Amino acid sequence: MDPFESIKATFFQECEELLTDMESGLLAMEQGDDDSETINAVFRAVHSVKGGAGAFGLEELIRFAHVFETVLDEMRSGKLHLTDEVAKVLLRASDVLADHVAAARSGGSVDEGRTVGMIADLQALIDQDRAAELGLNDDGDPNAGEEDFGFVPVVLSLDEPTADAPEVDVAALMAAAAAEPAEAANPVAAPGWRITFRPKAEMYAKANEAALVLRELARLGEVEVALDADAVPPLDQLSAEQAYLTWTIRLSGDKSEAEVREVFEFVEDDCELEVTREGETAAADVATPADDDASASAVEAAAAAPLDLDALLARVAGSAEEPAPPAAPEPVAAAPAAPPAPPAQAPANLDVVGLIALAEKASQDHAQTQAVAPKVEQKAEPKAEARASAGAPTAATPTIRVDLDRVDRLINAVGELVIQQAMLSQRVFESGLARSSDVALGLEDLELLTREIQDSVMAIRAQPVKSVFQRMPRLVREVADMVGKKVRLVMDGENTEVDKTVIERLSDPITHMLRNAIDHGLETPEEREAGGKAAEGTVRLAALHRGGRIVIEVQDDGRGINRPRVRGIAVSKGLIAEDAVLSDDEIDNLIFLPGFSTADVVSDISGRGVGMDVVKRSIQALGGRISITSEPGKGSKFSMSLPLTLAVLDGMVVSAADQTLVAPLSNIVESLTPRAEDVHLIGGRDAVICIRDTFVPLIDVGVALGFRDTPLPPASGVAVLVESEGGGKAALLVEAIQGQRQVVIKSLEANYQHIHGVAAATILGDGRVALILDVDALVTTSRRKAPRIEKRMAV
Amino acid sequence: MNKTVLTIDDSRTMREMLNMALVQAGYRVIQAVDGVEGLEVLRAEGADVVITDINMPRMDGFGVIEGVRADPAHRATPILVLTTESDATKKERARAAGATGWIVKPFNPTKLVDAIRRVAA
Repeated sequence: MDPFESIKATFFQECEELLTDMESGLLAMEQGDDDSETINAVFRAVHSVKGGAGAFGLEELIRFAHVFETVLDEMRSGKLHLTDEVAKVLLRASDVLADHVAAARSGGSVDEGRTVGMIADLQALIDQDRAAELGLNDDGDPNAGEEDFGFVPVVLSLDEPTADAPEVDVAALMAAAAAEPAEAANPVAAPGWRITFRPKAEMYAKANEAALVLRELARLGEVEVALDADAVPPLDQLSAEQAYLTWTIRLSGDKSEAEVREVFEFVEDDCELEVTREGETAAADVATPADDDASASAVEAAAAAPLDLDALLARVAGSAEEPAPPAAPEPVAAAPAAPPAPPAQAPANLDVVGLIALAEKASQDHAQTQAVAPKVEQKAEPKAEARASAGAPTAATPTIRVDLDRVDRLINAVGELVIQQAMLSQRVFESGLARSSDVALGLEDLELLTREIQDSVMAIRAQPVKSVFQRMPRLVREVADMVGKKVRLVMDGENTEVDKTVIERLSDPITHMLRNAIDHGLETPEEREAGGKAAEGTVRLAALHRGGRIVIEVQDDGRGINRPRVRGIAVSKGLIAEDAVLSDDEIDNLIFLPGFSTADVVSDISGRGVGMDVVKRSIQALGGRISITSEPGKGSKFSMSLPLTLAVLDGMVVSAADQTLVAPLSNIVESLTPRAEDVHLIGGRDAVICIRDTFVPLIDVGVALGFRDTPLPPASGVAVLVESEGGGKAALLVEAIQGQRQVVIKSLEANYQHIHGVAAATILGDGRVALILDVDALVTTSRRKAPRIEKRMAV
Repeated sequence: MNKTVLTIDDSRTMREMLNMALVQAGYRVIQAVDGVEGLEVLRAEGADVVITDINMPRMDGFGVIEGVRADPAHRATPILVLTTESDATKKERARAAGATGWIVKPFNPTKLVDAIRRVAA
């Protein structure tokens, strides 16, 4: 990927994290948390979004983020106080910001009206004079005043440093120029500038170096540099903390004064600087020494402040093998002709003799200043690479980012290991070795270890459900606004972990259940108050681990399920018989039947034409189950349980037509031995079986998958009653049940091709491949063949 | 030997952007996600130039400047402050604390390298 695009991808990824952080912060603030660190964190998140957006020129996003950020900054500085109202506006603003980010990411557009309205609401939080002062009321570009707008990738190549950065032998210039008075400058009247540069001690204290400034200047055009070192006192009077040098530079070329001054941008407050057009009279007398105790001492080197001195000394050491230049070199820099050198290399030639003499005299000072000498060479340490890739937003817990592919490869390998281990155990067992033999005992340990490795590897993919939960407060706010209800969302167990693939697919069902709870479950504020409840309804979203599965609960304190009405609808839609005897629980769970919708008008909120049956189906597709419990007048609770991972499966191992097959345990309701008199043939060979007065299709698995042509006599096999994802039931006729075990799922499509009725495959302990049944496909096929059966089915 | 630049910024986007521009320009880049980590990394690995953001959790950019200047080994290490604010007060505060220069975000790579060249060889 283009590195620029890849950074952009990083930006949007980071935005997601930032928006999440921002929202948690704001939610805490809504609960009254006005801790400065919370506010700061929210500010930083918005600020970072804006910063990144600036780099990519995402104007709309910048504009909105700017207003948002400004309001947060007011709060940060204590000018705006946190109230319930303010928190609500900020939360809505965070939603709009998220929309902007999403629009920028997809290249789409945002609801302009909403943005404008939101900006107005934000501005209303700050008083008008202040808003004007902050420039918030301008329609103009918030970045208008900032320079360097836009990140324009420019390829900079190391191979040709001279093209961009002519190396100037500044040190030599500095040293040599001392001997030459400024007047020696070329008298030809070319256009140019005369610059007088007199650093103060403060400049050196901030690690600025005169040499570098001069070198930058040399990039603007041909320079002649003259050093005035008259102010340097004898060494015994030299103060390590003082600055004594003045440079006079003549710059040829037609650069503007602004360009010249830009070179001094970082140092202008810490030096005396005069920039005059060549030919004009300089305001100051260049030759006048600095106003400290100047002496006549003739120190021949350009070194004054301690930092500068040490830098020079260090360079002497670094370039010792290089020949010393002539004692009095030409005071003119032949800039473009300098040989190529990597930018990191220290400027080379300087007056080594002079400096060494100085260094010897300065040895007593030197001992003290040695410690501050900048390191000329840094050792490259490989561990820096690891550091560089550590991208955790906070360093509270050490984390690493790993490509998901790598984890998947590891999981795959561990899957193989589990299989190999099982095979080995089986072979050893078959070879007749005693269970108490050393080999068998060692294998037992190996088995435990293998299982531990498998668990640990699975844990790598596990993530807290937080990432899904955190999107929900916004959804709840929006749905509540739309239906005019007051809702408080309480979340529990956000740190409950589950496999990443499961997490990604949790969002839709949770969204649907929450919408349903608010739209159908909760009453309007008026109804609630009339019923003696608080006007604000509570919806609780919780995640917990139970029995090796993750359970997600959505509970509301609303009106509960209206059972007579649900029953009536089910009867009117022909879903149940009019005289069916159903328990309360069974009535409640009728809402999961396909085609059932309790809303008289399909509402836009929870409906969109789909009902809870869709939720149920998507959960079952994950090997999960969903149910509802309800208490009239007090509320309802949806519970869904899901496996912790999709990489392994709890299965029932069965045999059919000499094949070993696996049926997912989550689909299995019960198993039974059919009696011949319960099985009835419909038409040619399609059979149904009567289980407790309900007819369900009886599918001979061996025949359905094409392993044999003659059906198994029902009474000689075992019927496994399964429920498909669509809620349809069927009985699978197999020869025997071998047992229950966990299997590692191997994709059949990736290795072979899709086969109807087969979901995937696995490798058993004996090394044979076993197919995992696609119960949904089997049930659907059988029901399509016998549509009449459906009508007669009860729940 | 390439110069080492330590970049301290809590935004991954910004760190990657700095990294791209600096590596292309031939610098060796090490990174830290906040001021505390920045000072740790500087102490452990050293750097020729420090580029730091201002707004960061745990320790902000001003803290970084003070920390670097208080370290005898890095009293003379150039520090560039990265900031979106062209806000003069913040710039001034950073300078007073001992910052060598600044880079206004958003930056382009040429300007960035330019600024580094102005404070380090």
